[in-house]
Amino acid sequence: MTPEDQKARNQRNLAIAGSVVLFIVLVYGVTVLRISAAAG
Amino acid sequence: MSSTTDISASALPPHPEKRGPAPAAGPEAYLALLKPRVMSLVIFTAAVGMVAAYAAGAYLHPGLALVSLLAIAVGAGASGALNMWWDADIDAVMARTANRPVPRGQVPRPEAAGFGGALSALSVALLALSSNYLAAGLLAFTIFFYVIVYSMWLKRLTAQNIVIGGAAGALPPVVAWAAVSGDMPVAAWILFAIIFLWTPPHFWALALYKEGDYARAGIPMLPNVAGHDATRRQILIYSVLLALSGIAPVAVGMGGFVYLAVAVLMGGYFVKLAVDLLRADKNDKGPAKKLFAYSIVYLFGIFAAVLVEDLVVLAAPFIS
Repeated sequence: MTPEDQKARNQRNLAIAGSVVLFIVLVYGVTVLRISAAAG
Repeated sequence: MSSTTDISASALPPHPEKRGPAPAAGPEAYLALLKPRVMSLVIFTAAVGMVAAYAAGAYLHPGLALVSLLAIAVGAGASGALNMWWDADIDAVMARTANRPVPRGQVPRPEAAGFGGALSALSVALLALSSNYLAAGLLAFTIFFYVIVYSMWLKRLTAQNIVIGGAAGALPPVVAWAAVSGDMPVAAWILFAIIFLWTPPHFWALALYKEGDYARAGIPMLPNVAGHDATRRQILIYSVLLALSGIAPVAVGMGGFVYLAVAVLMGGYFVKLAVDLLRADKNDKGPAKKLFAYSIVYLFGIFAAVLVEDLVVLAAPFIS
């Protein structure tokens, strides 16, 4: 694996990690909003 | 087929192996799989659908609406990734698409399929959570229609490919409207009809001056199959229908006098360009390019006019 390949793989891994975190935050936020709306 | 069509070997883009090694795929290659320009159009038309639904009296918490819009955008991007997975062979021989990540060798085909499939599932699930099952089901149907019905079946089979396949590109405002209201009223389907009728003249104008590309790839676009004259007549017919459908929002109260003026002027100019194209010399690619470029301005202008009118309706209680 060349240094460029390694760098690209690291960037991909970071992007995947960021996307997973974003998805979790979105699902959490949506759940809170829906529960709040149902309770209110 | 036109005598001007260049399908010689010299017109082919270089084979991937002769272009040198592709750069390693970073996140930007995967972003390119999502067809960002198509996504931006989907976000815009879906946002207009949402605002129109609010103006019609529906309500969804704005935070949930934003997440729903993101889910619709990701669903559209996922469709693009699955399309690039399936069409990698034809993308490689078309100059317009040869530099996409899969034909370029940056992203392996199975990875494009996995990426698109995973995002499809996540986007539908997220939309179900943020809005309702009707919108989520419609988004799933849109992805199914674009990938299975259009990409896998119609695109290589019939010259009517983009007419029928255009339904997938026209659905985002309906999905967005359903996300806000849980319903699909006639007004939402009018927005669908505008994009649906816009698609044929838009893509056939492109095909008229990119005919060689489609011929090399073996895609039965109308100019390759029926010839230039028939294509230009079809473009004019759809342009007239489009201009008429552009007025329809007024009938259901989605647009007022300002919208009507914009729709008449922009629709009239669309028809004029279609007439110019019909009368132009067969070898003159200028009118087709002009119509293609204007078609993008037209769609943006019409939807922007709906957006402005609906924003005024929503803002009225706060102003008065």
